Amino acid sequence: MYIYDKYDHEILSQRVAQFRDQTQRYLTGELSEAEFLPLRLQNGLYVQRLAPMLRINVPYGMLNSEQLRRLARIARDYDKGYCHVSTRQNIQYNWPNLEEVPDILAELAEVEMHGTQSSGNCIRNITSDQFAGTAPDELVDPRPYCEIIRQWSSFHPEFAFLPRKFKIAISGSQMDRAAIQVHDIGLQLVTADNGDIGFKILVGGGLGRTPVIGSVIREFLPRIEILNYLEAILRVYNLHGRRDNKYKARIKILVRAMGPEAFAEAVEKEWTQIKESPSTLREEDFDNAKAFFTEPAYEALDETQAATLLDQQTADNVAFSKWLQRNVRDHKKPGYAAVTLSLKPTGIAPGDVTDSQLEKVADLADQFSFGEARTTHEQNMVLADVKKSDLFALWQAAREAGFATPNIGTLTDLICCPGGDFCSLANAKSIPIAEAIQRQFNDLDYVYDLGDLDLNISGCMNACGHHHVGHIGILGVDKKGQEFYQVMLGGSASNDASLAKVLGPAFGAEDMPQVVQTIVNVFLENRTQEEIFIDTYNRIGIAPFKERVYAKAS
Amino acid sequence: MPKLVKDGAIIDDQWALLAKPDTDADTVEVPTGAVIIPLSVWLAQKQHLSERTDVGVWIDSDESANDLAEDAKTLPLIAVNFPAFMDGRSFSNARLLRERFGFTGELRAVGGFIRDQLCYLSRCGVNAFRFDDDSVNLEEAKKSLEDFTEFYQAGSDQPTPLFRRRTA
Repeated sequence: MYIYDKYDHEILSQRVAQFRDQTQRYLTGELSEAEFLPLRLQNGLYVQRLAPMLRINVPYGMLNSEQLRRLARIARDYDKGYCHVSTRQNIQYNWPNLEEVPDILAELAEVEMHGTQSSGNCIRNITSDQFAGTAPDELVDPRPYCEIIRQWSSFHPEFAFLPRKFKIAISGSQMDRAAIQVHDIGLQLVTADNGDIGFKILVGGGLGRTPVIGSVIREFLPRIEILNYLEAILRVYNLHGRRDNKYKARIKILVRAMGPEAFAEAVEKEWTQIKESPSTLREEDFDNAKAFFTEPAYEALDETQAATLLDQQTADNVAFSKWLQRNVRDHKKPGYAAVTLSLKPTGIAPGDVTDSQLEKVADLADQFSFGEARTTHEQNMVLADVKKSDLFALWQAAREAGFATPNIGTLTDLICCPGGDFCSLANAKSIPIAEAIQRQFNDLDYVYDLGDLDLNISGCMNACGHHHVGHIGILGVDKKGQEFYQVMLGGSASNDASLAKVLGPAFGAEDMPQVVQTIVNVFLENRTQEEIFIDTYNRIGIAPFKERVYAKAS
Repeated sequence: MPKLVKDGAIIDDQWALLAKPDTDADTVEVPTGAVIIPLSVWLAQKQHLSERTDVGVWIDSDESANDLAEDAKTLPLIAVNFPAFMDGRSFSNARLLRERFGFTGELRAVGGFIRDQLCYLSRCGVNAFRFDDDSVNLEEAKKSLEDFTEFYQAGSDQPTPLFRRRTA
């Protein structure tokens, strides 16, 4: 993974000093509330319903065990002993004291972490595929490109006061695991016929109030020009994006207003004037970036031998077998596997992880996965390089620590924002709904038989829980001070990205487990043997679901 | 006399700033003496104003540096306005003036920007800072120019990004 040099350390320590001074000036009344607002946001600090919330960047989801242990220590020393994995692979603390935030940032800087640009109207953390570098379907490892773009976007002087927040995601595999079609900019690494590497560029996707699938504005951009091209996109947006209404300020609104073709034309025109500049990358720049993401010291392992061992271990252990099928993925290296640690046991807010669990992940990473772990946008954690012969031991350890729930990709592995329990934007609570649904579906065998099913919950239309792209999406709404939940079906954040359709009138919180049960029943009655939920939905449409759910309600 | 920060020093502001006209830009009378006039007035009257060496132009955040374009090189001073500090368009206009239109004179930020933006503004080519708020302690404020001394990406101040300097 990327390791800081003297430049990175120098820049980050200057940032910590800058924010310490800004916090001090705010506390003495020298900086007004309005002036401090964007400054604290660009250091990750929100003021929430009950306490401030501090969001820490995890660049493209990668963490080493030292960082995990530091995150654990911060959770213990400055917070209530836990933190939260967000839907953009970041870590959030829910209970820090404002006065102590500069100290927290200083502690993070020691382990090469920060909250810079994790919030505010600027370029946010670059996200990517949690299986980068290990996935069999990978075309190009996206991480060196993520790092190059992370550095370009960090402390960018021109783009710190954009019309609105700006999110970039990069995918380097055939299957999109980074949801690039619903980002402000989505970058797909591609290889031309002659072997040249480049990017397919999507712009203007996003969730929130106005969900939009991104438009392709360029099929192939040679990789050497990526920074100039991004600069062109951002400049067009910075100068022309709407600033009169924050709900119309995202780039998706500009792209739609101009039309994707006209927007692309404006970008190309700008790019023509700045391309082939010192910001054009050279071969050696890619080599330098790639040097940080070399393969770990894999052993030469025999795949057949590993498979035989697993067969023996699963033969008389159904629980291990299920975990293996749901939580373990193929790896490009023979004899290795990638393991997802579930942060979704029933009764715990999805994505929450305690200090001792973080330390446990660090230990497991050291023991089984070259000292590295990753966060996922589905709010779980991954150990990406585990020997298959170690899986049984890892499973036992993970089970003891509480993250071996064999539910990855299933209905109970739901994505959920912090909601009205924490967030000042929320219209409704989301965590209790998640828990009620998890309790309704507490039979693991039943959930397992349902197969892949994405259920996403947001407590308001800002859509942090990505409800528009859930196979089943749930949105909390407020009606005259009462919390209701709108249900939608048919969304997807993957290659076949689509936005879910609203099923009908919203329901009270107490009805939600039964509503989801009814939807699942309709699926079960209609599915063919091989189908997962989204396939059945795409085949039979929304009507049968609607009919049954509302027949029952009336 | 009001003060401003220019090239890191606190000096008297010798320039008056002409507000946007309510009437037609071509009939507005441009006063004598050093004056910064709205872009619209410049565009309407540049024929005869271009002979003066004490006329600068200010560009509002919803106006484009492209409209000044080649005229930039002929001017002694250009100002970019911040109607509000969160309005970041002037950062782009400043860079365009320096990097595309070759402006080498005084590039001044005016309006409601705040001291915490000084370092980034300076990276975008701004070298003079005239706060709307006269109560700002300029001696304190100009410290923010030094918030960062090293940068990742290219800017008007440093055309070579760090990735090239690292390997040089």
